Amino acid sequence: MEKYTLSVLVENHAGVLSRVVGLFTRRGFNIHQLSVGPTVDENISRITIEVKGDVYMVEQVSKQLSKIMEVIKIKTLKDQEMVKRGLVLVKIKSHPKNRGEIIEIANVFRANVVDISPTTITAEVTGSDQKLDAFLKMVESYGIEEIARTGMTALERGANTLKLDK
Amino acid sequence: MTGADLAVIALESNGVKTIFGYPGAANAPFIESISHSSIDYVLSRNEQGAAHMASGYARVKRCAGVCTATSGPGATNLITAIATAYMDSIPMIAITGQVNRKLIGKDAFQEVDIIGSTLPFTKHSYLVKDVNEILRIVNEAFHIATTGRPGPVLIDFPMDVLKDEYKGGGGDEINLRGYKLRGRANEAQIKKVAEALKIAKKPILLAGGGVCCSGAVKEIRELTKKTGIPVLSTMMGLGVIPTDDDAFYGMIGSHGAKRANIIFNRSDLVIAMGTRLGDRSVANIKGLEGADKLIHIDIDPAEIGKNMQPYIPVVGDIKDVTKQLIPMLEGWTAPGEWKAEADELRERFTSKFEAADSGFVSPKYFLRRLSEITKSEVYLTTEVGQNQLWCANNFTIKTPEGFLTSGGFGTMGYGLPAAIGASKAQSEKPVIAVMGDGSFQMDLPELGTMRQYHIPVKMVLFKNDRLGMVHEHQYLFYNSNYQMVDIEGGSPDFAKLVDAYGIKSMTISENSQVDDAIRAMLADKESYMLIINVSPYEPTGESLNEENIKYIKKEA
Ligand SMILES: Cc1ncc(C[n+]2csc(CCOP(=O)(O)OP(=O)(O)O)c2C)c(N)n1
Ligand SMILES: [Mg+2]
Repeated sequence: MEKYTLSVLVENHAGVLSRVVGLFTRRGFNIHQLSVGPTVDENISRITIEVKGDVYMVEQVSKQLSKIMEVIKIKTLKDQEMVKRGLVLVKIKSHPKNRGEIIEIANVFRANVVDISPTTITAEVTGSDQKLDAFLKMVESYGIEEIARTGMTALERGANTLKLDK
Repeated sequence: MTGADLAVIALESNGVKTIFGYPGAANAPFIESISHSSIDYVLSRNEQGAAHMASGYARVKRCAGVCTATSGPGATNLITAIATAYMDSIPMIAITGQVNRKLIGKDAFQEVDIIGSTLPFTKHSYLVKDVNEILRIVNEAFHIATTGRPGPVLIDFPMDVLKDEYKGGGGDEINLRGYKLRGRANEAQIKKVAEALKIAKKPILLAGGGVCCSGAVKEIRELTKKTGIPVLSTMMGLGVIPTDDDAFYGMIGSHGAKRANIIFNRSDLVIAMGTRLGDRSVANIKGLEGADKLIHIDIDPAEIGKNMQPYIPVVGDIKDVTKQLIPMLEGWTAPGEWKAEADELRERFTSKFEAADSGFVSPKYFLRRLSEITKSEVYLTTEVGQNQLWCANNFTIKTPEGFLTSGGFGTMGYGLPAAIGASKAQSEKPVIAVMGDGSFQMDLPELGTMRQYHIPVKMVLFKNDRLGMVHEHQYLFYNSNYQMVDIEGGSPDFAKLVDAYGIKSMTISENSQVDDAIRAMLADKESYMLIINVSPYEPTGESLNEENIKYIKKEA
């Protein structure tokens, strides 16, 4: 099984996300990660979906998604063709003695420390899945209280954009 | 003018003449507006019936059928019929009432999220939030339902939107940039099809329901006439070539004709047109993938590679593809040796008529006589089960519109209301509903609809006192442990039952009575029921699997 990233432009209507997600459930496809947000055109949103599967499955996912009326455009991106980023907020157990140590690790990962309490440090990291995993692994031994992690979002490298057909 | 008035005007401008439906508070404003319009309505006895009627109407009239139901239970009663239409790619518009906008999400009386409930089996759906959207939405709904691969579209109207005053504005223009309709099919791909055909030793054409959706019957017939390529079909493709034509070798699949499955397996090139190669169709088929054997042509790109990987995929409308293909094949004809082989198989495996045990009619014999006497100049609907497969394999089907059956969903209760719809759609040919005694009881209240509107459906009831198809299944796979399949104890006296509706009937139990009974039924101007006693051990048919054809009569 490989990972594929689909970049999908959809009409910014109520209910579109449930059509997209519902299709995955109904057809037995798995969403690995998903993120949604607005685009420069306020009428259009971009959904970035990461799926795990084989070529056959990704082709089916893409063809089935195309049939949804509100799906305007789809592109399947390969790893080397795109910049892909996710964000994780992590609340790490901490006390005054190890605070410095944790902040040092955060610095190496260019993570931001966004909150501190007497017993915790909250850090924010953005990057590839591997980077986020590596950071979490480094701070795991201190004890992780809580994690909030977004789905990956992605853009194609170079000058290409996901344009609407005129 | 109200929103409801506007919706009705939009329906009229989309050519709607008849609506099938059932009322309630939420769609009451809509029904009120229909009464002031040129549109005629038919009141069903259950919303499911209304939607099957719309579906039958759509198939015969080749347009979108329209049905309506109220919110909540009215809307959920439509569901089975919407799914049935979706699976067979039937254009349909379902109009549901919804609670007032402000009450949506509050679990109001008779509120249900019908859009959410039908999401997996509608081509598209709309919740109308503003009167100004009505014209555009109705126009879009018809466009979506009838173009590309057809299918059902649902429009959910909150009651207050229907009652709102429309002051003009909003526009009626379709705005669907996400709707990807296919243009002309790729010529280079079609050339590959022609090249593949020219070197094939044993080519066949497999016609599915898509050929009918595309309106390509004429073109396919021209293609087969010019090339002599043997044709097989799926259940939905029956009639693309008349089933008694020399070029036609039968329906494939787990309940298809044995000869057709053998020919399919022996072929070295399959041109599958407008079929999703569903599991019931290709259950017995070996070696389709991998080998350079399968060419798949369909308007829906998602069908290609979904169930089987073809070696030449062609995305396009069958009519367009066939029109392009015909000149490329000028002068080519299918290899004579192959045709001789196929003819020999057809000869060998066409089942000879067998007499029924005394006290029973052979349904196969009955259906053959029915085609002969009517010359198949009828619309035939079926229910689901043995009755359906007896029809598919024994009734001569001349055109795909002439045979209305629930192929993809296998919905018991489809045939009777679909026949009512078919009858409303035209009055040139008689409509015959062939039914099992189990299926008939699913939608039998629609006899009331038939009566009320004097819709002259001819009903043929195969009474085997069993849910025959499942009974046979239990014989084959559950060691004859017959459970939940015997309906004998509770079956009504069908003659008395239809009599209570003022419908005449005749009951027969011997093959010798068949001709007279058919003639009597056809001679009557009104609806009529022929009750035909059939053995509960009558086999469905032949299957590729030798084991399956030994259903011993009178085993009990
Ligand atoms: C709504 C629905 N429920 C259950 C089934 C499963 N099923 C398929 S055929 C069949 C028996 C049909 O009995 P009948 O209408 O008497 O037809 P017969 O096979 O006896 O001709 C059943 C229960 C179905 N297809 N549809
Ligand atoms: Mg029966």
